[in-house]
Amino acid sequence: MNTSYILRRLFYGLLLMLGVVVLNFLLIRMAPGDPAVVIAGEMGGATEEMLESIREEYGLNKPLLVQLGIYIGDIARFDLGESFFFNQPVTHLIGLRIGPTILLVVTAQLLSIVLGVFLGVIAARKPNGIMSAFVSVFATIGYAVPVFWTGIMLIILFASIVPIFPVEGMQSVRLRDANVFVKALDILHHLVLPAFTLAIIYLAQYARLSRASMLEVLGSDYIRTARAKGASEKSVLFKHALRNAALPILTVAGLQFGNLISGALLVETVFNWPGMGRLAFDSILRRDYPTIMGVLFFASFMVVIANILTDLSYRLADPRLRGR
Amino acid sequence: MSDQTTTEYQAESPAREAWRMFRRNIPALIGVVMLTVIVLATSYGTFLYGGDPFEIVWAPHEPPGVTPEFPMGTDYLGRDLIAGLLTGGGPTLAVGLAAAAITMAIGISFGALAGYYGGWVDNLLMRITEFFQVLPALLFAMVLVTLFSPSLLTIAMAIGVVSWPQTARLTRAEFLKIKELEYVTAARAIGARNKRIIWKVILPNAAPPLIVSATLTIGVAILFEAGLSFLGLGDPNVMSWGLMIGANREYILDAWWPVTFPGLAIFFTVFAVSLIGDGLNDAFNPKLRER
Repeated sequence: MNTSYILRRLFYGLLLMLGVVVLNFLLIRMAPGDPAVVIAGEMGGATEEMLESIREEYGLNKPLLVQLGIYIGDIARFDLGESFFFNQPVTHLIGLRIGPTILLVVTAQLLSIVLGVFLGVIAARKPNGIMSAFVSVFATIGYAVPVFWTGIMLIILFASIVPIFPVEGMQSVRLRDANVFVKALDILHHLVLPAFTLAIIYLAQYARLSRASMLEVLGSDYIRTARAKGASEKSVLFKHALRNAALPILTVAGLQFGNLISGALLVETVFNWPGMGRLAFDSILRRDYPTIMGVLFFASFMVVIANILTDLSYRLADPRLRGR
Repeated sequence: MSDQTTTEYQAESPAREAWRMFRRNIPALIGVVMLTVIVLATSYGTFLYGGDPFEIVWAPHEPPGVTPEFPMGTDYLGRDLIAGLLTGGGPTLAVGLAAAAITMAIGISFGALAGYYGGWVDNLLMRITEFFQVLPALLFAMVLVTLFSPSLLTIAMAIGVVSWPQTARLTRAEFLKIKELEYVTAARAIGARNKRIIWKVILPNAAPPLIVSATLTIGVAILFEAGLSFLGLGDPNVMSWGLMIGANREYILDAWWPVTFPGLAIFFTVFAVSLIGDGLNDAFNPKLRER
C-alpha cells in the first residue's frame, strides 16, 4: 500500500472535518435568536455579563468571516467551548464518554458482521432451504423493528423474567473497589444487552447481503475448480468463496458506521449507557449547544476515521486495488 | 390474412408486466392489505372510536383485557391506549411520507445532475453527498429539530435533509448506465435539450429502482420519526407512537403494555412497507426472482 494514497485519504478526511466545523458554525448562526443566547442555552436565564463574555470569546461582534476564523482556530486547538449546563469544557465531557460509545459501537459492529456473515454463508449453501427462508424473514423483521423498542422489550424480558443480564448502566456500584479484571468482566456483562440490541438490525442486513453475495460467488468457475480438486466443503465456503464475497460486505460495513452511531444514540438512552449518545440527549434537552455541536463534531470524526479504515482494509482485501 | 392474427401478439408494457408479477407475490399483497388497514384505522379510526388521546379517562396502568371500555388498557397517566394508537399513527405516516418525498426530491436532483453531466459537476455534487454521509443522521436531525423548533414540517425536513445521499448515489449510478444507451443518443440526435433528456428520457427509465428505493425510504423515515418522538423531540402537541413509547419508558417494569402496543404498531407499519418494497423489487426484476 503506498503512502501517498494514505496521505491523500487523510487530507480528504481533514477537509470533510473542516466541512463539519463550518456546518456547526452556520447552524448556530442560522438558529432563530441571538447567537450568544443560543450558546448560553435557552433554559437558564443567562445574565448580561455572561452573554457579554460569550460575545467576547466567540467574537460575536466581529464580521462573520472573522468569527468563523476564531471558531476554526479554537477547534484546531481542540477547544470546543464551555458547556454552560455542566460547567465544564466540552472536550472534557466528551473525553469521558467517547470510550463507552466506541466500545458499544465496535462490539455491535463486530457482533453483527461475524454472526450475520455466518448466517448468510450457512443460508447460501441451500438457496431454497429453511436457513435461507429464515434469513430473509429475519432480515425483513430486523429492518422494521425500531431499535429503541427492541431494547425496551429486552429490558422487560431480562429485568423481570430472566434476570441474567444487567439492564442499566455500564458498571455495578458494588464493584467500585474491585480489581481491574473483575471490573472488565462487569463491563462486558453490562455490554451484552445494549450491544446485542444495536447489532440485531445490522446482523439481519449482513446475513441477507452475504447470502446474496455468496450465491453469486458460489456459481463461479474457481469454486467449481476448488470443488473438483477435492477441497472440503468448509474450505470451499469459508476460504475460497467468503474471501471473494467479503468485498461488498466490507463496503456496506463502512457505509453503515454512521447509522450505527445514530442507533447507538437511541440504545445508550434506553440502557442508560454513559456514552456520547446519552450526552447528546441530555444536552439537547437542556439546549446546551456547545456540547451538542461537540458531540456532532466527534461523532462525524469517528465516521471519517471508520471510512478511512474501511478504504484501507478494502485495499488489503483486494490485491487488484493495491497498486493504485 | 385476417386482422385478428396481427393483434394476437401484443407486447405488454413494463408497468403492466410489473403489476402482473406484483399481483402474484403473496407477501407483497399481505403488505398492501396490512398497510391499507393501518392507514384506514389511523385516518378514520379516531372519528369512529372517539376519545382524546391526551385525556385522562381511567386509573393509571389498567392492564389490557380487564376493563371492557379500555381493551388495551391505560398508560401511566390513565390515558386510553387505543385512542393514542389510532391518533398516533397519522402524524407518523404523514411525516414518513413527506420526509420520503423530500429525500427523493433532493436525492434524485443531485444524482441526476451528477450522473448526467459528469466532470466537475459530478465531482462537486458527489463531494457534497459524501459530506452528508459523514454526519450521523439521527444526531444531525436531532440538532436541526432542536434548533428550528419541532413541528411536523421541520421534522420531515430534518429527516429528508439527512437521508438523501443514498438516493443520490443510486440515481447517479442509474443515470451513468442509461445515458450511454442508444435511445438517449437518438433523443439527442433529434435535438432534445439536456433538460428534456434528463427528466423526460432518462428519469422514466430509471424509475423502477427509484420506486423501490422510495418505498424503503418511507419505512426508514417512519422509524426515524418514531426515534425522534421517542427521544421527546417530536411535536409535543401531537400524539405519536414514538412519543407513547418515550413517555411510558420510565414505567416499563410496572406495565409492559403502554410501550409494547405502539412498538408493534410501528413494527407492522414498517414491515408492511418493506414487504411492498421487496415485492416491487421482485416485480421490476423478474430475473432476480429465482434467487
